[in-house]
Amino acid sequence: MKRIPLYRMAHARSGDKGDGSNVGVLAYDDAGYTILRSWLTPERVKAHFGEIVKGRVERHDIPNLRGLNFILHDSLGGGGSASLKTDAQGKTHGMALLRMAVEVPDDYEPSKTAVAPEGEL
Amino acid sequence: MTAPDRTLRIANGQGFWGDSVDAPIRLVEEGPLDYLTLDYLAEVTMSILQKQRRRDPKAGYAVDFVDLIRKILPTLRKKGIRVVANAGGVNADACRAALVEVAREQGAAGLKIGTVTGDDILDRLDELVASGVPFANLDDGRPFSEIRSQVLSANVYISSFPGAMALKQGAHIVVSGRSTDPGLVVAPLIAEYGWAADAWNLLAAGTVAGHILECGAQCTGGNFSRWWEVSGWDHLGYPIAECSPDGTFVVTKHEGTGGLVTVDTIAEQLVYEMGDPSRYLTPDCVADFTSINLASDGADRVRVFGIKGAPATDTFKVSISYLEGYKAVGQLTVSGPDAEAKAKICADAIWGRLARAGVTFEQTVTELVGVDACHGPITRGAAVPGEIVLRVGVKDRDRRKVDRFGKELAPLVTSGPPGVTGFAGGRPKATEVLGYWPTLIPKSLVTPKVVVEEVRK
Repeated sequence: MKRIPLYRMAHARSGDKGDGSNVGVLAYDDAGYTILRSWLTPERVKAHFGEIVKGRVERHDIPNLRGLNFILHDSLGGGGSASLKTDAQGKTHGMALLRMAVEVPDDYEPSKTAVAPEGEL
Repeated sequence: MTAPDRTLRIANGQGFWGDSVDAPIRLVEEGPLDYLTLDYLAEVTMSILQKQRRRDPKAGYAVDFVDLIRKILPTLRKKGIRVVANAGGVNADACRAALVEVAREQGAAGLKIGTVTGDDILDRLDELVASGVPFANLDDGRPFSEIRSQVLSANVYISSFPGAMALKQGAHIVVSGRSTDPGLVVAPLIAEYGWAADAWNLLAAGTVAGHILECGAQCTGGNFSRWWEVSGWDHLGYPIAECSPDGTFVVTKHEGTGGLVTVDTIAEQLVYEMGDPSRYLTPDCVADFTSINLASDGADRVRVFGIKGAPATDTFKVSISYLEGYKAVGQLTVSGPDAEAKAKICADAIWGRLARAGVTFEQTVTELVGVDACHGPITRGAAVPGEIVLRVGVKDRDRRKVDRFGKELAPLVTSGPPGVTGFAGGRPKATEVLGYWPTLIPKSLVTPKVVVEEVRK
């Protein structure tokens, strides 16, 4: 097994949802989606976000989009105009999740296109 | 109006009040279009508009929209483009009056302007509570009595059918109050294709088109994870759905504009602000996002099809805003060396000094932001940040305490560790914190009102 950034196997978008935020993760290929469906559990996502997510994490699968939708409850410090945080709407939570290191089989080849020129990840 | 194959080109030129002022102008000028939709209302916008209307009975709508129509009305009339916008806020009638005035100035006799109201239930709250509507919080079940005395606005997310009715009555511009964002796209589809109130698959398809379009450039390259594949950021094309009577549609943008429309940019927008993907609730239907198919249809074109819907629920969602308290946020810039350690001393000093003065808060925030504002290339890319913006804030029901906090930042420039700067813009001022209370109301208790007014000479 090896670890690669989620950034290399999926893209994502996030926004506010009720008392928290949602992060939609979309795998680039079927093999990656199979790995993520078993590995990217709500428990692991909650642990990755640490103090940012105070509530529970819910996951909904969207197989037609190779998608996993995570709802991060109580992750905005009140949300909307009631929040004191810089990211009061969870706009950056998608990028935060893509930084996560995912355990994949050694023969899994991540997407060649998912690399920013001279990027960090 | 529609092409021989009955394709309807529906665009969104405003994802929120404050989005690009040029986008809607470019959409009507840079290519063919049948409908321009514009979304102006966020949850907290309604309470701001209620406050404006209390001060001035002719205010309480999105004034930017009237300025926009003044600019684009000649093009709209020349090309036969119709407009659907939720710019009415809490005073759609006043918005219509302002639009009629603009149309008269431009000699646009015969232009028809429609309004959809009935969403504003602020003045009916007591009557509705007395008749048995609990208005309990949809997220956590708290009773409405907790916030009743602080309520600032209360609006029902009404269905797309009243807007469609205004279009069928010939309105060239339809202004509504709190209709849903996707509904701005669904209304023209109902009006033009005659979709029935129980055509669940079709209404779900229109809802998905509206969901993709509702945040403007967020489906045409904006916010896309692989940002390095996007070009033309200074002239991003805003989205257009080329819709068909059978509910299928193609998402695209005008030729020659910047941005990117691919299966991936559309898929990302589909999951934006998503809850349970199999039950996306709107006043019109329940859309199933797990039924959506996406396929590339050439450069900057994505075909969307196969969408399934289910019957709508018997309630409307209600958005209530209320005064939750006050907040203030301020910042100091702390340069290195040892920026982080010194920023933490500043933060501890602020909270410690306030505690010694007997001032504590319901909620506070302490954040360390920053990379290169002070030392540029010297610190850029370093393993340790060369500077940090210390961002501190408080929230409390007691406005005096929040104001007291605002006085505690500037002293750090001379009474803290070295290299503290960036205190510009004066003391952070207390501003109102508006809470958001989502709840439900039976559909039978809401009566939307449609008015279509023709501009006279």
